[in-house]
Amino acid sequence: MKTLKDAKVGQTLTVVRLNGTGPLKRRIMDMGITKGTEVYIRKVAPLGDPIETTVRGYELSIRRADAEMIEVE
Amino acid sequence: MSVKIALAGNPNSGKTTMFNDLTGSNQRVGNWPGVTVEKKEGRLKGRSDVIIQDLPGIYSLSPYTLEEVVARSYLVGEKPDAIINIVDGTNIERNLYLTTQLIELGIPTVVAVNMIDVVRKNGDVIDLKKLGSALGCEVVATSALKGEGSKEAAARAAALAEEKRGLSAPSVFEGSVEHAIAHIEESIEGLVEPRFLRWYAIKLFERDGKVMEELHLDRALADHIEEHIADCEEELDDDSESIITNQRYAYIAKVVSQAVKKKHTGRKMSVSDKIDRIVTNRILALPIFVAIMAGVYYISIGSVGDWTVGFMNDTLFGEWITGGLTALFEGWNVAPWLSGLVIEGIVGGVGAVLGFVPQMLILFLLLSILEDVGYMARVAFIMDRIFRKFGLSGKSFIPMLIGSGCGVPGVMASRTIENERDRRMTIMTTCFIPCGAKLPIIGMISGAFFDNAWWVATSAYFVGVAAIIVSGIILKKLRAFAGDAAPFVMELPPYHSPAASNVLRATWERGWSFIKRAGTLILLSAVVIWFLQAFGVTSAGFGMVEDNNDSLLAAIGGAVAFIFAPLGFGIWQATVGVVGGLVAKENLVTIMAVCYGFAEVGETGEEIWGILNTTFTPIAGYSFMVFNLLCAPCFAAMGAIKREMNSPKWTVGAIGYMCGFAYLVSLMIYQFGGLITGELSFGLGTVAAIVVLAGLLYMLLRKNRYSEYGGELSVNAAKKDVKVNA
Repeated sequence: MKTLKDAKVGQTLTVVRLNGTGPLKRRIMDMGITKGTEVYIRKVAPLGDPIETTVRGYELSIRRADAEMIEVE
Repeated sequence: MSVKIALAGNPNSGKTTMFNDLTGSNQRVGNWPGVTVEKKEGRLKGRSDVIIQDLPGIYSLSPYTLEEVVARSYLVGEKPDAIINIVDGTNIERNLYLTTQLIELGIPTVVAVNMIDVVRKNGDVIDLKKLGSALGCEVVATSALKGEGSKEAAARAAALAEEKRGLSAPSVFEGSVEHAIAHIEESIEGLVEPRFLRWYAIKLFERDGKVMEELHLDRALADHIEEHIADCEEELDDDSESIITNQRYAYIAKVVSQAVKKKHTGRKMSVSDKIDRIVTNRILALPIFVAIMAGVYYISIGSVGDWTVGFMNDTLFGEWITGGLTALFEGWNVAPWLSGLVIEGIVGGVGAVLGFVPQMLILFLLLSILEDVGYMARVAFIMDRIFRKFGLSGKSFIPMLIGSGCGVPGVMASRTIENERDRRMTIMTTCFIPCGAKLPIIGMISGAFFDNAWWVATSAYFVGVAAIIVSGIILKKLRAFAGDAAPFVMELPPYHSPAASNVLRATWERGWSFIKRAGTLILLSAVVIWFLQAFGVTSAGFGMVEDNNDSLLAAIGGAVAFIFAPLGFGIWQATVGVVGGLVAKENLVTIMAVCYGFAEVGETGEEIWGILNTTFTPIAGYSFMVFNLLCAPCFAAMGAIKREMNSPKWTVGAIGYMCGFAYLVSLMIYQFGGLITGELSFGLGTVAAIVVLAGLLYMLLRKNRYSEYGGELSVNAAKKDVKVNA
């Protein structure tokens, strides 16, 4: 299954599923990444991590390790 | 009867600006009990019976972050009469997510759609009436920056508060979820305050750990509720927390599609996007970052800042105040002990600390601007990769860079780190970087033992950086740091020009809290040290001593000097130097020189190089230097640590850690170094050093027993700090 971690800059993806539990998952959802949300990959930080995305009309940065929990298509 | 209005909203929604706009100068700044989250309270301008309580900027009312728990406890426990919920109109979807949670509390709420000027400029239209009826509360358009609408929002909130009319929340959730929540409401009726019934029911549906603990439901009831939740989860094939979040956002999406008309639906480059394309560009980001940091450093530490420190310490405190007081006291024939206490003890000690205030104000001004503009979030974005390896935050770079000039503003710069764990770790490690006042120590050792070799100073910085990295890796595995790690899921707010009032206010608040500290803790410490070094027992009995060698400090130094024997400098002069370094690190050289009978020496104590060289071996000298670089910083910096930790336990822990770490590192340097040069033979000291090394390696290499985001742990860690009021 493809996750947000492997996404390429410039892609727009749809969230299929969120894995994991507890504070991290809740935080990701609280920030607006829920099932069916469109996520646009804007850029990657100069050192390769984290990545910057556009979600629900604003900019959100997320570490690759955390992005792995987000299944997309 | 006064009215209490809570100000709630997301970070970057303009909440601070509105708070300042509403309260003007009638503000009280403190901390929420037991935590380092800032608490601001003020009286509404022109209505002294209305108290505005600023809540921390939050995205949600989850039980997982300290800020959110603080806000929840306040809303449920203190029961404000009304809420003003500030919503960023340019980012309305995510901002309304918090709104859907606030309205469940049943407290009269006014939604202030802020930054309405930007919304209009973008050509977007927000239908306030539709929005209001969908949310079941009043909606006001505001632009806090332009002073538009804030007063109206406050007036509405005050009116609602006086009406004491509860708020009826709309049905945000779909059939089966509403059904389950209704069942839970029914079963806990009478157990909670009626107006919070829905809130508690939804929290129970989410299996919110804090609420479950607070309510102490009996087994049968808990099982009954669990049944409803499980049924709903099965039907919707998701966990209850996710169901609630998903349906909130689904409801918001529906509301927004009806009430908001966007002019540009596609992805259009805004000015902020264009700036960001350069500032966080893969190639340009780091050079721009270095340039901005160099600029901040140059202004605050190098040029203007250095001039103010020189002026404050040498001219204001050194000449004018000291000179004036000396003349005055001589004229009055004041007893020498009193004039000594005032001039050397109080003015000398407190002056050394207050001398940093203008420099700190300059630094804070620059940092506040960077923060207000939105660059700080980018700093974290750019530097995160490097620092998170050591358990620190991307923003830790700033305190450490500033710390190379002076640890006091360095420690205080850690304020910009939101996450408590990262902030504490940064505070504990920032002072390892050699600050300006430690340079004379490096100069003294380098000159006395190593013929001023270039590598001594370089190695001092290397030791500092290594100490930070090693400490980061060790500390992040400790239980105290394991719990409350916040995930790095961070908003990058759009850039905007800084608001002068916000910047100046933030600068002044930080500076003032430091000045207050200087007047209490630091004053006391300075007086104690002065007393110890000025008084002593001589043949004439107890009294003031001419010769420092007769002082109480020298006696104490001699008594405890053996502690430093394994480090190679177990003589009282060195011990007194270490203690004197606590008042101000640059004092160390002078104090040691005084101990050796020199009244006046150069900055790096050239006069005593010869004596040192014959008393210590080079290895012992180096060990002495490293100990003084890493151990507890000066009183001013310790005061800053206490201020920022806001907890006696953490302050003592941080300073204890620094001293212990310094001791062990110096022990290894002296013992292993001595063994290599042949000045020491294998003995007890060597064994101790080997044990320390083995222990250090174990701490460095062992696996982290606590997961990076300990779910249960974080709840417990937060629980210790904040008591949820029923």
